[in-house]
Amino acid sequence: MTTVLDKLRSGREAVGERWHHAPRWVRWVLLAALIVFFYALPNKEFYQYLGPIPTPGANFTQVLFTISIYVLLAVGLNIVVGFAGLLDLGYFGFFAVGAYTVAVLTSPSSDIKTLWPWLLVVPIAIGLTMVSGVMLGTPTLRLRGDYLALVTLGFAEMIRIAATSSTFLKGQRGFNQIPHPPGEYADGKPFFGVLDARPYYWLVLTLIILVVIGVRNLTHSRVGRAWISIREDEDAAQLMGVPTFKFKLWAFAAGAAIAGLAGALFAGKQNFVNSQNFELLNSIIILAAVIFGGSGNIVGAIVGGGLVAYMIERFRGIELFGIELYEYRFLFFGLVLVVMMIFRPQGLIPNRRRAAEFKDRRKEVIVGE
Amino acid sequence: MSDTEQTPAVPAQAGAPAVETVARREPLLEVDHVTLRFGGVVALNDVDFTLYKGEILGLIGPNGAGKTTCFNAMTGIYQPTEGQIRFRGQKISGKKRHHITKMGMARTFQNIRLFPEMTALENVQVGADAHHKTSVVAALLRLPRHWKEEREGREKAERLLEFVGIRHRMHEFARNLSYGEQRRLEIARALATDPVLLCLDEPAAGFNPAEKEELLQLIRQIRDTGVTVLLIEHDMRLVMGVTDRIVVLEFGKKIAEGLPVEVRDNPKVIAAYLGVPDDAA
Repeated sequence: MTTVLDKLRSGREAVGERWHHAPRWVRWVLLAALIVFFYALPNKEFYQYLGPIPTPGANFTQVLFTISIYVLLAVGLNIVVGFAGLLDLGYFGFFAVGAYTVAVLTSPSSDIKTLWPWLLVVPIAIGLTMVSGVMLGTPTLRLRGDYLALVTLGFAEMIRIAATSSTFLKGQRGFNQIPHPPGEYADGKPFFGVLDARPYYWLVLTLIILVVIGVRNLTHSRVGRAWISIREDEDAAQLMGVPTFKFKLWAFAAGAAIAGLAGALFAGKQNFVNSQNFELLNSIIILAAVIFGGSGNIVGAIVGGGLVAYMIERFRGIELFGIELYEYRFLFFGLVLVVMMIFRPQGLIPNRRRAAEFKDRRKEVIVGE
Repeated sequence: MSDTEQTPAVPAQAGAPAVETVARREPLLEVDHVTLRFGGVVALNDVDFTLYKGEILGLIGPNGAGKTTCFNAMTGIYQPTEGQIRFRGQKISGKKRHHITKMGMARTFQNIRLFPEMTALENVQVGADAHHKTSVVAALLRLPRHWKEEREGREKAERLLEFVGIRHRMHEFARNLSYGEQRRLEIARALATDPVLLCLDEPAAGFNPAEKEELLQLIRQIRDTGVTVLLIEHDMRLVMGVTDRIVVLEFGKKIAEGLPVEVRDNPKVIAAYLGVPDDAA
């Protein structure tokens, strides 16, 4: 058992090593190929050749959209949990704030009937979510560890209960006819329609790429160093001149903004938002995805978010001995997590900040010769 | 301003003790009749001394004498129950920790507290960031200030790692460094915040004599760049070799203060370190 694991491990490390050693252009080409692959993925002409990868029990394009939303959320939560080390159990609450902002301001079933277009409301949703992040963070970020986890858990439940019982937020009845994103084909048909999920997926994919570039910029700067130093030793960070409270608040706000964006995208695609969309389970799933993929690593969060969302959907429509596996999806999911925590607690792709090291080592070798 | 190097305010002559000039020098850190109680325990009892600019002051005492408590009070971690601590003329208590660092006080820890999952270079960069002003937006959009400060911070970090002698290990995770390297890294990280006063909390703990000698050299070099040093230590030999003045604590009280020679011959100090028979006391 251990030998197999060792082999797997060394194999993965070899891939990592090769990646870091590859010339720049090779990496860019591979990355570009990967991006093209994901843009092509929702086309039936393409994915029908991919064997068991497409989901048999559900429209694969719809599933891809769901996955992309999870990936976006995982990238956002990774800032809070992975980089700044703040255990946030209520992350989905921010997603709800984003979705509800869009719903209230655009839907004809809303009480205030502003009926604003979707695109106008997206920045408002992101802004409001950030504000809610700061509002939640200001009193709670003075707490540490378990206490913070409890308070954030309470926040997500608060949002859900408010959504269920407040007449303004429509509870189970929800908001309908939320407008889609704008854009038309040449023949006047809307680009973002009801049946075809592909444009939504492409939109989210594009935004994921932009968000990842942004997050990368942050983590490769004094902001990221401040976050990691807080995660590593908050007292020492303070004494080294890091304004820890400010940067924790920024981590919260940045994570919230990404969740708000995801919520706005979800509302624009779904066209309908009600209180059932925001169960506590979702917060847990995203947290599990981040830890599963490798907390503190952007690629890890993407892979984690993608795999976890995919695994859950993949069970749909599979019957084994007359049992619908989808019913037991969380059981399998839990099992995978348990196994994972035993054999690879640091996540699939752990945080390794070693790219620079390899680069400089080679330089030193050249100098030494 | 690209030159972030500290220039000594008063050129320190090598080997010449700073003591003679102490009277003319300005006080940097004043511990003004400080008492610190934890419930019923009196950790510091009316401790009173001053640290002058440009000197190396040793704070010594047997285990449990209150050295680290005193140190923590000075760096703003504990608030004195009575009395006050002034740094560069300003009261320390009530100030945010990162603000105290910005005012020019840096410290290391008795039990090393680095950022283990960051490389040596990044550890020092965190210290250098203390004076950086790049905002989150500037970092997100990669504005010119980000690039400028990033380059400066990196150069400064490499220079400091060179100074403490572990530049060749800069891309190693802090947790993978040897014990001695970690101690040096802590000093580099503290120096990166451009301190006026560097507080070293038992920097030689766990060192062998050769390493201690190297550390002495390093501390002297630091002083020669114009940084005032406060050294907490219980190894008498080390303290005698490097400090200009010494303050001795026992049971939270100051029992002696003066030149190393004076302190060494002080019967109270000898008693505190070696103990005295009952009839002699």
